[in-house]
Amino acid sequence: MSSSWIIRGARPLGGKPTDLYVDNGALVDDPPVGAQELDADGLVALPGLVDLHTHLREPGREDAETVESGTLAAALGGFTAVHAMANTEPVADVAGVVEQVWRLGIEAGHCDVHPVGAVTVGLRGEQLAELGAMADSAARVRVFSDDGHCVHDPLLMRRALEYVKAFDGVVAQHAQDPRLTEGAQMNEGAQSARLGLAGWPAVAEEAVIARDCLLAAHVGSRVHFCHVSTAGSVEIVRWAKRKGWNVTAEVTPHHLLLTDDLVSSYDPVFKVNPPLRSNEDVEALRDALADGTIDAVATDHAPHALEDKETEWAAAAFGMTGLETALSVVAAAMIETGRLDWSGVADRMSVRPARIGRLTAQGQPLLAGAPANLVLVDPAARVVVDPSTSASRSRNNPYAGRELPARVVATFLRGRATVLDGKPA
Amino acid sequence: MTTLPQHLLSAADLSRDAALLVLDTAEELARVADRPIKKLPTLRGRTVVNLFFEDSTRTRTSFEVAAKRLSADVINFSAKGSSVSKGESLKDTALTLEAMGADAVVCRHGASGAPHRLAHWIRGSVVNAGDGTHEHPTQALLDAFTMRSRLGRIEGLRVAIVGDVLHSRVARSNVLLLSTLGAEVTVIAPPTLLPVGVEHWPCAVSYDLDGVLPKSDVVMMLRVQRERMYGGFFPTTREYSRRYGLDARRMATLPDDAIVMHPGPMNRGVEIAAEVADSVRSTIVEQVANGVSVRMAVLYLLLGGGLVDASEAAA
Repeated sequence: MSSSWIIRGARPLGGKPTDLYVDNGALVDDPPVGAQELDADGLVALPGLVDLHTHLREPGREDAETVESGTLAAALGGFTAVHAMANTEPVADVAGVVEQVWRLGIEAGHCDVHPVGAVTVGLRGEQLAELGAMADSAARVRVFSDDGHCVHDPLLMRRALEYVKAFDGVVAQHAQDPRLTEGAQMNEGAQSARLGLAGWPAVAEEAVIARDCLLAAHVGSRVHFCHVSTAGSVEIVRWAKRKGWNVTAEVTPHHLLLTDDLVSSYDPVFKVNPPLRSNEDVEALRDALADGTIDAVATDHAPHALEDKETEWAAAAFGMTGLETALSVVAAAMIETGRLDWSGVADRMSVRPARIGRLTAQGQPLLAGAPANLVLVDPAARVVVDPSTSASRSRNNPYAGRELPARVVATFLRGRATVLDGKPA
Repeated sequence: MTTLPQHLLSAADLSRDAALLVLDTAEELARVADRPIKKLPTLRGRTVVNLFFEDSTRTRTSFEVAAKRLSADVINFSAKGSSVSKGESLKDTALTLEAMGADAVVCRHGASGAPHRLAHWIRGSVVNAGDGTHEHPTQALLDAFTMRSRLGRIEGLRVAIVGDVLHSRVARSNVLLLSTLGAEVTVIAPPTLLPVGVEHWPCAVSYDLDGVLPKSDVVMMLRVQRERMYGGFFPTTREYSRRYGLDARRMATLPDDAIVMHPGPMNRGVEIAAEVADSVRSTIVEQVANGVSVRMAVLYLLLGGGLVDASEAAA
């Protein structure tokens, strides 16, 4: 299944140009005989990107996305591994469903698919799902999340945090107090007051994050926070890390670039959970990603069928696509603002998310012996986003018409090209 | 020449000149109502659709009378009992109306921003007749019209808007329009019924009704919705009424010429006492009459043109 490559003149992590050699699925020291050559002059080589937070919608909503279409979009975005969230129909709360998703990933072959297991049965927040069975299954689940719903019951959250220690798992919390966000539609502040949309207060996220940091510390577990979106959340995570607690956090590309001003159009393409926040929040999130308080960028790629978005705001589904634009958005938010270099981007989009997900074959240094999971990026390119050309089945892309920097040129999964010249290989 | 934008979605869409044009036009058109034959031929052959996703007999009727007095064809498209209640999307409804050739769509919807979406899908003008907890611009226009006819001006008037500001589309539109027209607006409510972010509005904010009333030329009482009474926004209806209701004692603290307004329907005995609602200060019945004139003006200006001459009515 693998082939051999000589990648000429790529700049690993944006450093000095060098030749990379790929043979038998791994990076090697010497040019393999009979290898295909790829001119990578001017391109930056990064370890293949790892997404901790993807909605592939299969099984159940194949009209919005499938494992095939979603992972192709991932490969085009430079990803070699994605974590598929559990809120499918049926919910991925038993070994059978996570194994199904895992197998569909292997069959599609565009990138590794690591299913996330639900924390509670049916995402209902009442009873722990069979976490051990999912961990022991062929899918080897290590990340558990009720994403879309908060594990709000503090006792249940404590038990989940404790229980996953037995197999080195992690609970990825969707931090959202349900009572404080009943009917909530957008960030609570000046815009919600003006637009007459029910406010989604920052404290609804921050209160749960604070509680779960304390719970994780108390029981000696690790905890991960999905899509942190407020300056206050950043402060709490920073405080918990300073204490030496085993706390990690992710931020989405859209929360690094977009603000709630966009809701003025009432266009539901900007409706997302957690909501787009203020400019001050965006600045705090960028700083936190730069200083490592936030460990990872995770897309929260959330495809939706057209009819679920072409409605009045309140009736529309939450979520936006993100796999194909993630790297460009991070380049715009972090590299162009001088906050991260390409090495930093590799750390936040590959190395650390792989570590959080306990993926040993991903996020490795681009050195001989490592699995050849890598992406080549043209840092000088600028691309105008056109949702109609997306590999995703859905078109709810909030960047339509925006010009963004950087372009994924090629992606390699264990030595096999999944993307070449920016197109499916 | 001053004109209106294509749609009237928010009171913020109106410049000072555009708002005054609506009020002046409404004044001309109000004279028609005093004639034995109340009809103008102005919008003959034009189609106005009343698209009401929420029940509102008052507002719908007001728009209907306004359109008919201008000789427009009026179609009432009520969501109740139509395909809308069978799950038809807002977009499909819009495309249907578009196919029928609607020149103007008057839209009342329970979701904030629904008229904004509608305006993307149809070529005619969209008039927001109340969207969720967002805005109700023609209500603000009729309120401004009422103030001007009672008090002779709007500029410099001290206007107190009292009650459930958080959920009130009437309050949002009035704050925007009245500040555009130079009034000094204060919103008064228990803190639970003020939106976070209200400090960015072009108005003052107070929790103290008794402190504001003696310095008010206009008091506008907002309806307290039944679901707020049981939503934990205040302890009991009686406590709300004691602290934020307008009774005869409080009304007596107003300056001599001050007026009392209410967009209706009223909860007598909750936000407004019966003797206040029926007092000479009350403009509540005038507001209803003025609503027709103002809506005639809006439809006329969106579909027609500049200043109207009421002598046309003789034709």
